[in-house]
Amino acid sequence: MRVGLFVPCYIDAFEPEVGISTLELLERFGCEVDYPFDQTCCGQPMTNTGCHAEAAATEALFVKNFAPYDYIVAPSGSCVHQVREHLTAVDQTEEVRAVRARTFELTEFLHDVLKVDAFPWAEFPHKVGIHYNCNSLRGIGLAQASEPNKPFYSKPLELLKKVRGIEFVQPSRWDECCGFGGTFCVFEPGVSAKMGYDKVSDHAKAGADYIVSADSSCLMHQKGCAERIGLPLRFIHIARILNGARQ
Amino acid sequence: MSGPPDSHTVIGGPREPQPRGAKVRPGWPIDQSEAADRFIAAPRHLQNHDTRLWTLRQNRDRIAHGIEEWEELRELASQIKEHTLAHLDHYLEMFEANAKANGIHVHWAADAAEHNRIVHQILDEHGARSLIKSKSMLTEECAMRPYLEGFGIEVIETDLGERIQQLDDEDPSHVVVPAVHKLRADVAEVFSKTIGTDPNNDDVHYLAEQQRETTRPLILQADAGMTGCNFAIAETGTFVVCTNEGNADLSANVPPLHIASIGIEKLIPRIEHLGVFVRLLSRSALGTPITQYTSHFRAPREGGEMHVVLVDNGRSERLGMDEFWTSLKCIRCGACMNTCPVYRRSGGLSYGATYSGPIGIILDPTFNRTKYSALPFSSSLNGSCSNVCPVKINIHEQIFAWRRVMAETHEIPLMKQAMMKAAGELLSSPALYRAAVSGADAALRTLPKFIVYNRLNTWTRAREMPKAPDHTFHDWWKANREKTEVQP
Repeated sequence: MRVGLFVPCYIDAFEPEVGISTLELLERFGCEVDYPFDQTCCGQPMTNTGCHAEAAATEALFVKNFAPYDYIVAPSGSCVHQVREHLTAVDQTEEVRAVRARTFELTEFLHDVLKVDAFPWAEFPHKVGIHYNCNSLRGIGLAQASEPNKPFYSKPLELLKKVRGIEFVQPSRWDECCGFGGTFCVFEPGVSAKMGYDKVSDHAKAGADYIVSADSSCLMHQKGCAERIGLPLRFIHIARILNGARQ
Repeated sequence: MSGPPDSHTVIGGPREPQPRGAKVRPGWPIDQSEAADRFIAAPRHLQNHDTRLWTLRQNRDRIAHGIEEWEELRELASQIKEHTLAHLDHYLEMFEANAKANGIHVHWAADAAEHNRIVHQILDEHGARSLIKSKSMLTEECAMRPYLEGFGIEVIETDLGERIQQLDDEDPSHVVVPAVHKLRADVAEVFSKTIGTDPNNDDVHYLAEQQRETTRPLILQADAGMTGCNFAIAETGTFVVCTNEGNADLSANVPPLHIASIGIEKLIPRIEHLGVFVRLLSRSALGTPITQYTSHFRAPREGGEMHVVLVDNGRSERLGMDEFWTSLKCIRCGACMNTCPVYRRSGGLSYGATYSGPIGIILDPTFNRTKYSALPFSSSLNGSCSNVCPVKINIHEQIFAWRRVMAETHEIPLMKQAMMKAAGELLSSPALYRAAVSGADAALRTLPKFIVYNRLNTWTRAREMPKAPDHTFHDWWKANREKTEVQP
């Protein structure tokens, strides 16, 4: 199984460890992983701002980079949502449609495709609150959101339950948006930050040591918010826990 | 109105002034973000607003999740509305014919101005100088009250929240709970200045009773009454108004003349469809099984007259918009507002429009594209609004689509578009991109520019910057994994 690893720009620049953990994790389960060297971005900053025409060349580059692989895997539900639902500024050729359909977020790939049942190397003796990026949750269905009258499931939670020593806490508004929202965080900075303060406070109140998420972008925003209001929370991407990080 | 009934004092020092809504500058887009910042700067108002609306959302979840077929009901409601909208001409004519057969006078208004003229004409023909009315977002949309007041006609809102807003000369901030952004102390101040209550008494029962005492005589003496409409039924030519205060019944039944303003999207084909919507409406809005009153109006009472005004005001045009026509399914329950994390933290008046919150963002640009061009960006696109919508409008997807329309029609700031053009060029060229982010220090200088595209660093205004690591993933891969080709 040839997997093309997509490392979103925020992870590339600010959290290379998340990219390394994702790579190692996929290799532990026997995937032949390649990192297409010319990759840049999924186009989300532009389409999120309404500028689809401005995203077309970036989208075309994405498709060119990732077309050769059986699967494309990224440690970011938000970017995967962009590829799957919104990569529409380029002509929808067979190649483009195939790339979009074969792009997976890491935890759904582990849960649905590889059907992983154990992480023998993983131990995380901390209290964690799970944060779901809204595109991951309501866009690509990593878990069941709270609004519909449908049974709860959570792919990240199912995977984390296989980690030794981990404890879960539940914030009161567990699936309220944290206010990152891509370019929303700069167009509406006051509301965005207030949402972030409320989110991290809710996790702290629930007793979390760590906030864990399948999306680094939300965590980067939340970390900045927690530091600003002086909450001693720590933040970690799920790929690192599943790959055996202890803290 | 909620809160402890006997608390007359505000905890924590002097009264916090009520933050006001968006500033309107002719020719300029509404700056929702600016008004939201002022709302956030009023912590008591913010907390009260967020808590009250989040409680409604929780009540909605509790009651909706108790109904096994909830998701089927939503789907059914959506299909009934889509069917009706797809055959709207047919059902409107059916409604008109049946309403006339019931003895109702039916009028057609192409826009707000015609609606207001028709209402004024009806009142004028009856020599009516005062009008009591129940809540209607459509009459807000038409700015009917100031129009009639211009002719010296006294208009009295009978819904408590709407009356508070009228007395404060402020628009409703929510489609169901119009004064939800106000604290009791704000209401006490408004009432003390307008109906002469004790300014230091903000007991809710006292305030509600005083309002009732001063409004009742006006109701009893009114020349005409007006209601809105929640559902108009084509096969019977009847219409239904849902309220919790019974004020629609007073407005419709006390005076001899009843006028109802009805948006053309309010039609449903048959009476049997009503049950689907009644089951969804109040559960979605307030988390209660049904409104206190579900009043059916069929014909004028003996010796009285009943008029309905069917109003288009941009709806036909919206019906022709491929990406946005399903917004006409809206039954004005306000569930999308209650759940919206942005709305709860910024207040409905920050949108500077008749309709606020998620549904407002997708409706308002159809009324004035330039004025409301920035609203689609006042959303984190989290999608909770679409999930609570009882008629399954894909609200957040329409917000996303409106952003594209705004960019394509040059309604977004030039600087924003220029920044996105530059980002697109950078991100579509691996060489340029790598040069820009080579080394973490460079990345830290470049990447935040996606964020910090304007001169004000809006990221660090409220958050700490991320720390740059020693190397990028790209560099790590190059050093550790890249297969080096051996040159012969």
